[in-house]
Amino acid sequence: MSERETMEYDVVVVGAGPAGLSFAIRLKQLKPDVNVCVIEKASTIGAHILSGAVIEPQPLDALLPGWRDNPPPICIPAGEDQFFLLSKTGARKLPLPPGMHNHGNFIVSLGALCAWLAPQAEALGVDVFPGFAAADNIYNEDGSVAGVRIGDMGVAKDGTHKPGYTEGIDIKAKVTVLAEGARGSLTKQLVKRFKLDADSDPQGYSIGIKELWQVPAGRATPGKIVHSFGWPADTRTYGGGFIYHLDGDRIALGYVSGLDYSDPEYKPWEAFQQWKHHPLIKPLLEGGSILSAGARAMATGGFQSLPKVEMPGALLIGDTAGLLNVPKIKGTHQAIKSGMLAAEHVAETLDTRGFDARLRGSDVMAELKKVRNVKPGFKKGLWFGMANAAWETVTGGASPWTLKNKADWSSLHKLGEYDEPERDYVQRTLPPRDRLASVYFAATEHDEDQPIHLHVADTDICATKCVEEYDNPCTRFCPANVYEMVADETQPHGKRLQINSANCVHCKTCDIKDPYEIITWVTPEGGSGPNYQNL
Amino acid sequence: MKILVGYKRVVDYNVRIQVKPDGSGVVTDGVKLSANPFDDIALEEALRLREKGVAEEVIVVGIGPANLTAHLRNGLAMGANRAIHVTTEDAVQPLTAARVFLKLIEKEQPGLVILGKQAIDDDANQTGQMLAALWDRPQATFAGKVEIADGKATVTREVDAGLEVIEADLPAVITTDLRLNEPRFIKLPDIMKAKSKPIDVIEFGSLGVEAHDHLKTTHYAAPAKRSKGVMVKDAAELVAALKQKGLL
Repeated sequence: MSERETMEYDVVVVGAGPAGLSFAIRLKQLKPDVNVCVIEKASTIGAHILSGAVIEPQPLDALLPGWRDNPPPICIPAGEDQFFLLSKTGARKLPLPPGMHNHGNFIVSLGALCAWLAPQAEALGVDVFPGFAAADNIYNEDGSVAGVRIGDMGVAKDGTHKPGYTEGIDIKAKVTVLAEGARGSLTKQLVKRFKLDADSDPQGYSIGIKELWQVPAGRATPGKIVHSFGWPADTRTYGGGFIYHLDGDRIALGYVSGLDYSDPEYKPWEAFQQWKHHPLIKPLLEGGSILSAGARAMATGGFQSLPKVEMPGALLIGDTAGLLNVPKIKGTHQAIKSGMLAAEHVAETLDTRGFDARLRGSDVMAELKKVRNVKPGFKKGLWFGMANAAWETVTGGASPWTLKNKADWSSLHKLGEYDEPERDYVQRTLPPRDRLASVYFAATEHDEDQPIHLHVADTDICATKCVEEYDNPCTRFCPANVYEMVADETQPHGKRLQINSANCVHCKTCDIKDPYEIITWVTPEGGSGPNYQNL
Repeated sequence: MKILVGYKRVVDYNVRIQVKPDGSGVVTDGVKLSANPFDDIALEEALRLREKGVAEEVIVVGIGPANLTAHLRNGLAMGANRAIHVTTEDAVQPLTAARVFLKLIEKEQPGLVILGKQAIDDDANQTGQMLAALWDRPQATFAGKVEIADGKATVTREVDAGLEVIEADLPAVITTDLRLNEPRFIKLPDIMKAKSKPIDVIEFGSLGVEAHDHLKTTHYAAPAKRSKGVMVKDAAELVAALKQKGLL
């Protein structure tokens, strides 16, 4: 067998999101002669990223001072802010928490923003490679990170090589920057290998499910921002919705469910669809049509869950580190700031040492510290969570204590140990009818003849213990209907797991929430996955 | 021998096509664009002919706006030797495209022109045939297999009745069908090599090609939604239902 081909760079960045692209741009601004490449598993930049998104513009001002004269394609100045507590039929308007004032901010599509950033990076000499998945980390003899290995192309489902088989190359670099977004598959391995989370709480996550709608003319008020919590979530489940009015009679809306939920029967996708039928929202959508839809996990552990962000040869930035600010419901500004900070560090030292201290000493971390107790407070239910959030906000996070985070996989209760909440759900009429119909709007595509990229370590557990203990929650937490229990009379409970991996939208929820920690999400063939438009 | 390959950029086949609310076209903003799949097949076939020693040079041709460069670089990364970019901001209809190709043929004198049988955006299936007529050379359309020897192309065509084998004297125009080959994956190092390959930029206006549109689009509309079906229990019920609708 021939030697694997190699390309050498000073710096390789994994992931062309706001963190990775800002890093590359800033690095090139500071040191034009550094060779840097950004690899991205989506077939085109922005096709795998999904966010609300209302962003704070200050980091963009710092990165690209003239950007307001040449804004991204979807960029609407924030208008009126509204905040509601919902019951099944009612909506109580609440005063805005201070973190949720959006005056001066912009509603964007994060996908469109990244597609707009990438050519600016390329103009500075960054090599941006969409359609290539970083399948593995590679290491130097001394154990430090040496770069990444690109996944092979043209491998059949059974592992044999198809006629077009192309071996993935190795990209070697002095510094590898992980900017994969929440629960990055390479980051996960590195956290384990270098014990990066030894001194921090486990990371916490939420899943956001979003749709972009074209609504009848005149219904959208460009710039209007609405957030809600309450119905359809019960008081023990953390969940809330957002409605952002764009231009061109488009409305972006979505629902975020904390993955620390304990109800084994909870369905995040169903909760989103229920929420769309609230009288506050349904009239906005009726008669409209869905343009695009998708889902993505986000890191919500914040300050106390931040792992060490440096290791020999590599750095973590953005949401793969876990820098999202939960009460603000924003992570993009943190991603850009951490990317710029890492670029400044690498420009000065071409080394990773000292970045962890630098990030912790920055305003990125100060911002997270202030709000560190807000999200964990909701573990004790909605009402305690609200009172605690108010206290933490009034004191500016000055409480002498820091509430702990637990791993999301561990929070699921077993059947019978949890009294099922009264699900006050309605009959749904708005599209999509089911998750398969929803996946259609994600335009997700995987060559069916490739190895399954969702590794389940022991499918016997699925057919035995999990049926008894949790009733196979994977069939409910996955927003794309990837996991299905199909009839199989040879199994003890008459069913076995079937993985419809071609439906996967790369949200990573299964890797996070599976109670036995036996699901591992790995990268499929480069270019596979959703093709989000303006999410 | 030189091979000229048409390499059109279209809305990717995975994208759900959306008609603009005013019916003036389809949405292309924020939408993934990629090579017309039949053109990828055309390029792959040209590269294989070069690898077999039949051809020495493969040239990809694109007609479109300035930002088409990145698309042509993909063709170069796949393996083409060089690219020609005919720049225009206007949409190009089949006859105009064929006339542009004729001008390039006069300049480049290729032994073979390989085009996709159709582009998946307008599905016209005309450019190859029109070009052969304008050029006054043979055409072999819907190619499922191509062999070149002794100045002749032996082409297996995918036709309604099955397969048809024809011989065409070169130079000729071949248009590709889906089963001709499976295009290769682009390798990262080849993307870097493609950056230094030449792209000739030719202003559309400088070719002396008449640019008026021969077809006028009145409006675009999404297909009517399928109405809800009815479940029938057995064949008898199906027959009854069809009869009731006057279909039997």
